Amino acid sequence: MSVSDVAPGPRIREKVGRDAWIQRGFILIIALYLIISLALPLYAMLSKAFEVNIYQLDQFTIAVSSEDGTFPDLPRNLADINAEIGVLGPDDMTASGDGRLSLTPFFPDFSFRSPVKYRIAGVDDSAVFLVGSERHSGKVPVEVDSNTFRKVVIRPLKAHGFQNFARYFSTPSLFQSIGNSVMIALVSTVITVTLAFWFAYAISRSCMRFKGFFRLVAMLPILVPSLLPGIALVYLFGNQGILKSFLLGHSIYGPIGIVIGSVFFTFPHAMLIIGTALSISDARLYEAAVSLRASRWRTFWTVTIPGARYGLISAAFVVFNLVITDFGLPKVIGGQFNVLAVDIYKQVIGQQNFEMGAVVSVILLLPAVLAFAIDRQVQKRQIAGLTARSVVFEPKPNRRVDLMWFGYCAVVAVFIVGIIGICQMAALIKFWPYDLNLSLNNYNFNRMDGGGWSAYGNSIKLGLLTAIVGTVVVFLGAYMVEKTKGFHRARALFQMLAMLPMAIPGMVLGLAYIFFFNNPDNPLNLIYGTMAILVVSTVTHFYTVSHLTAVTALKQMDVEFESVAASLKQPFTKLFRQVTVPVCMPAILNISIYLFVNAMTTVSAVVFLYSTDTALASVAVLNMDDAGDIAPAAAMGMMIFYTNAGARLLHSLGSKLILKRSEAWRRR
Amino acid sequence: MTNWKNLLSVSVLAAGISGTAMATELTVYTAVEAEDLARYAETFNKDHPDITINWVRDSTGVVTAKLLAEKNNPQADVIWGLAATSLLLFKAEGMLEPYAPKGVELLDKKFVDKSNPPQWVGMDAYVAAICFNTVEAAKLNLPAPTSWKDLLDPVYSGYLIMPNPASSGTGFLDVSSWLQLFGEEGGWKFMDALHNNIARYTHSGSAPCKLAAAGEIPIGISFAFRGAKSKAAGAPIDIIVPSEGVGWEMEASAIVAGTDNLEAAKTLLDWSITKTANEMYNTGYAVVAYPGVAKAVEFFPPNLSDAMIDNDFEFAANNRTAILEEWSRRYDGKSDPK
Repeated sequence: MSVSDVAPGPRIREKVGRDAWIQRGFILIIALYLIISLALPLYAMLSKAFEVNIYQLDQFTIAVSSEDGTFPDLPRNLADINAEIGVLGPDDMTASGDGRLSLTPFFPDFSFRSPVKYRIAGVDDSAVFLVGSERHSGKVPVEVDSNTFRKVVIRPLKAHGFQNFARYFSTPSLFQSIGNSVMIALVSTVITVTLAFWFAYAISRSCMRFKGFFRLVAMLPILVPSLLPGIALVYLFGNQGILKSFLLGHSIYGPIGIVIGSVFFTFPHAMLIIGTALSISDARLYEAAVSLRASRWRTFWTVTIPGARYGLISAAFVVFNLVITDFGLPKVIGGQFNVLAVDIYKQVIGQQNFEMGAVVSVILLLPAVLAFAIDRQVQKRQIAGLTARSVVFEPKPNRRVDLMWFGYCAVVAVFIVGIIGICQMAALIKFWPYDLNLSLNNYNFNRMDGGGWSAYGNSIKLGLLTAIVGTVVVFLGAYMVEKTKGFHRARALFQMLAMLPMAIPGMVLGLAYIFFFNNPDNPLNLIYGTMAILVVSTVTHFYTVSHLTAVTALKQMDVEFESVAASLKQPFTKLFRQVTVPVCMPAILNISIYLFVNAMTTVSAVVFLYSTDTALASVAVLNMDDAGDIAPAAAMGMMIFYTNAGARLLHSLGSKLILKRSEAWRRR
Repeated sequence: MTNWKNLLSVSVLAAGISGTAMATELTVYTAVEAEDLARYAETFNKDHPDITINWVRDSTGVVTAKLLAEKNNPQADVIWGLAATSLLLFKAEGMLEPYAPKGVELLDKKFVDKSNPPQWVGMDAYVAAICFNTVEAAKLNLPAPTSWKDLLDPVYSGYLIMPNPASSGTGFLDVSSWLQLFGEEGGWKFMDALHNNIARYTHSGSAPCKLAAAGEIPIGISFAFRGAKSKAAGAPIDIIVPSEGVGWEMEASAIVAGTDNLEAAKTLLDWSITKTANEMYNTGYAVVAYPGVAKAVEFFPPNLSDAMIDNDFEFAANNRTAILEEWSRRYDGKSDPK
């Protein structure tokens, strides 16, 4: 904006103009961060899914000698031979990146005992073929005898197209995972939402005792990686399990295990959302129901459920998304039951088939994005259920009913504490089930694969860095979206980018990072394999919830603050430092603890990105379990649990202290 | 951050010992078990204190994926201790530097790449075996199998576990050895029948033996080295070498093409095939590349090297994709959990 474009106005505009430039710069920087850490990697992954490997038969010529070893004047093109005798149809031309095509089928008369010789050559330098394991390329013909010709294979060439998707849907072992994943996610969602609803109902609508304790227990699963319930289930229901007979001969390795574990690790998320929805209830509606002599059952269906319906829908979508994108649990307990997230890992790590990994990622992206989009639409229709005239509902004591709710919550609490407890027990036993003496052998991580104790140190480092960097980035970003004026388009774009990570499964993000950051042409390539890329991926993976927390806190601050500061000719930076940040301190602390805990437990976002120097505790749990060292895996999982519990404790103590100081103004 | 540290330490070194030969740092990718790495570097540094090894260690699949992903931008100088099947993949991609280490002619021919000069050299072999939990088997009245074909007996139904060849190198060496032992058709027929007895397939190759050791399953198809370790740790298992012969995989080394430290890389490769190095490998592996070095390893079945099949690595590498596709089509698609 040059000076001549601006209409003459009062001098005060200049001050605002400078602020606006700084703000514009900030928006740009943080939007750039999201574009680099999210949009571009996803684009790289999408294009990888369309990268195909095709056997280009017309790249090769072959000359066949007669039995006395004389060659014809001109070699024949392989594509012509194929056209003549039809060895490969058009669908057979696609291969994986490691594809190799043997040439003997193109010669029906071939016999490895024959004295006939073959000369293979490319028509240009991009043609590659192998004799045995020896690589040849280019136009110089290679002559081999019949016996060696058996070992000649040609390599495919890179091209672009939809063939990978065609391959995916023609491979039953791959596309069956879609049904499996959706089925598991649906069943887990129904069970978790039902259990969490009654739990939240008991807490908000009864007068049972120990509510605080139950609320605390319900939150415990957030503190452990999703692999941990899988490990616990092996000890409970595995072939040497304590409660094996409960399964009536069914195996825990498979859908049963995944569902039980998923219910465990998604329970707190559902409980929190439904709990919030239930706590906002209008007592006047219940009074009306009583005076209309509606039965309790009817009141429940016409007052309670409608009041909580947005919470229920939201909880259902969140649980669905968490289950369908989770990787750790099905990896540990899934057995032969294939799901999408594990397929990505198998394709990339097991078979080095990056293209197919990208295809499965795109498939996994669909239900996750769909669930997310529907949820956003439903949330938009939500209107305030709690108005200024509402009266808060106060439950009345009823001994029998309260005892019943207490019993129900106690059962859920035993389930949660039991899962965590069994892991601690397993970690301390010397050699289950043959030597039940207690020992600390399983904590000897340096003698196991997975990274040892330094992995634990790295995880704490990652947690702290993520908490610090993430909180700064997220809060600044939210401030710019919420409190600045003008540049509507940039802000709308930013808002959209900030919501996107919620719908991106961690596995997909990790894989996208490989494609984007491990490209030698990318100047950001140097962060590949360092702690920096782990921090960036973790911050991005958990961006949305942190962003929403920050926006909610900022929305509670009156916009007048900005206007007053502007009219007092105070730069927004001063307002931000002296008013906004102190007022939003509780939210800022919540964001940082959320990021810390998730950085400690996440597996999916980092499993493709860690290197030897940056091995992580959560990945160590995965790798130790993978290698069959289940007890040490449980031990490391419990280390994560205690660390997170300690961090939570410090957080609540710290919050109290800071609030005492920074919120003194709230007290008179 | 690590880069900064490296830069700092290099410049400090340069300032401190200018005039004397500067230490060379080699980035070495490996899949050798974590607990052996320090010992390997230590023994190497006794002879070559001027070369520092920076290990990058992970499981075979991850290291292979990493090297392939870095194909156009190689980070490694040397690969020391990775499955030969993986090295054959890299060879086909033109990622290895051909080099005949000093004394390569002394090695068992099986352990040297056939190209001239060779692109990789072998170190040792890990051999397939069956881990058999005697305590659990006694509870279930299971007889001890002596051959692969014994495993097809319906009494073992649901009591067998093996690694998934699509995600485990050990699983793949089993499958490729059966195809070589029983022929293409016979091999698949064997696996069809075996599949009926398999409780589940694991992702990792050592898991079946550890699970057998823990009694989670009575019989695990894994490798002998793992079984010996579990037995040493006190697990009630027997290590059974099937009578038909067993598949094996080789751990091998190579120089990565395009390395900036070619001389140091050659020094390391030269050393990696010496008698001293082979004696070092022998503490964990019963079969090593240098003839006459191998001594019996505790808890290892005797005569294991006689049972090793004449493994055709080229067959395995060139048909790997096709074999895995066929395997997944047959057994992964109809994977109803039992």
